[in-house]
Amino acid sequence: MRKIFTLLKVQYSNMLEYRVEIALWAISGIIPFFMLNIWTNNNLNESININNTMLSRYFLSAFFVRQFSVVWVVFSFEEDALLGKLSPYLIQPLNPFFRYFTQHIAEQITRFPFALIIAIFFFLFNPESIWFPNLIFLFLSFISTFLSFLIQFLIQSIIACLCFWTEKASSIERLFFIPTLFLSGLLAPVASFPSYVKSWIYLTPFPYLIDFPANLLSGNKTNISVGFFMQILWILMLFPLFIKIWYEGTKKYTAMGS
Amino acid sequence: MNKHKYLVVYTKFLHTSLASELEYKTNIIIDAITAMLSLVGSIFLLSIFFQNSGNIGGWEFEQALIIQGIYTVLNGITNTWFNPNLKEIVRHVREGTLDFVLLKPIDSQFFISFKKVAPSGFLEIILGVCLLFYCIKINQINISLNFLILSLITITCSICILYSLWFFISTTTIWFVKTWNATEVLRSFLYIGRFPMSSFSFYLRLFFSIIIPIAFITTIPSEVFLGLAKIWKIILEIFITWIFLITSRRFWLFALNYYSSASS
Repeated sequence: MRKIFTLLKVQYSNMLEYRVEIALWAISGIIPFFMLNIWTNNNLNESININNTMLSRYFLSAFFVRQFSVVWVVFSFEEDALLGKLSPYLIQPLNPFFRYFTQHIAEQITRFPFALIIAIFFFLFNPESIWFPNLIFLFLSFISTFLSFLIQFLIQSIIACLCFWTEKASSIERLFFIPTLFLSGLLAPVASFPSYVKSWIYLTPFPYLIDFPANLLSGNKTNISVGFFMQILWILMLFPLFIKIWYEGTKKYTAMGS
Repeated sequence: MNKHKYLVVYTKFLHTSLASELEYKTNIIIDAITAMLSLVGSIFLLSIFFQNSGNIGGWEFEQALIIQGIYTVLNGITNTWFNPNLKEIVRHVREGTLDFVLLKPIDSQFFISFKKVAPSGFLEIILGVCLLFYCIKINQINISLNFLILSLITITCSICILYSLWFFISTTTIWFVKTWNATEVLRSFLYIGRFPMSSFSFYLRLFFSIIIPIAFITTIPSEVFLGLAKIWKIILEIFITWIFLITSRRFWLFALNYYSSASS
């Protein structure tokens, strides 16, 4: 535990160096606001029974959830594996994924003020959508965002471990990102999906990545117990898979350039 | 300027980068599937918008598909040419290898913009073109000489604007070194090029016409396809393209004055 705390401190000061970059990252996440603009500007939301205010809260929440569940471990891992930087990490008595994990958490802490600034701007343009979620829901959505982050971190770590076999795992990640983008609720709330998609989508992990936490935060209708159950179920399924692929992969690993 | 020399050099570029990319064959297949899924996803999103509404911003579904087609072609071009070269520029500046580029007896902007080609973007271009042909069929567009010339002009202009935007951002590497995130911002802005500009609110439209001219990149060529484009809009697009190309060139030459090689 102390190791993790130290790592976190190191990574946080590391991340503070790159404030400008992180601010730009935060700005690049504003796609949900463009989508909101299309929805409200064309009165498309009348058909899905969500009024303008609730919809703008939904998209703002989706923005927040996305900001704090972005994962890029596969890109760091691929670089480290290709350049052979992974070898010294493997010798240390600590799974290198802890290093990446703390890196992500530290980045999220650095990102928080920028996300808040963007939210303030959002409220300036849409003053009618200001709301304060009650503390219980705030807490629940915080937990579910973290669980969403864990699911994505596990999936990407599994993909990253494929580096041991294919060397370029980031293209697999890009492939996986497409369904995440379109089905997670970042661009349109899952409630608006046609029924032939809704019938199976709740069995996949995607709606629990953004739609579920965003609904919690914005106060839109959602099934809380089922949502948490599915999130935990996916984590319990993915974690053993990750452990297995990690042990198989490290056996196969031959350091680059040595 | 010796055109022949540049042509010879470019064929060499093509040869070397294709050879190095074909090292990763499975990668190309995965990228191809990604491109297809991405197109399916955006048509799915479009169908959500249209499921309860006849048109958005005055565009019907069949017409909005044209925008998707043009976006896909342009995105393929970005992934094939602009994106891989941009990554290289960042690397050149960070590692100081830009020195070697500047010393070569060839225009540095040419070298840096066209050095690499990523063949995985080709499929996206093909997909986009197929979609466009399908759109021509379902929208019953008559192919005339006039139509061909105008659409060729506007699409070429769009490619040039896009190139200038990317090159502009890559040039800022000389001061900021890491522009990787700035390109992500541009990428997310470009994303709105998938939708008709008239479906956004007035202020967003203004922003995307004046500051970042995404409005011109996909909407005007699509209007040409439908025969709706007004002649002043096309002339305006040509004018803007010209401004962008000239300023991005000037900006590059200006930035080079500030280049101080790494570790020196």
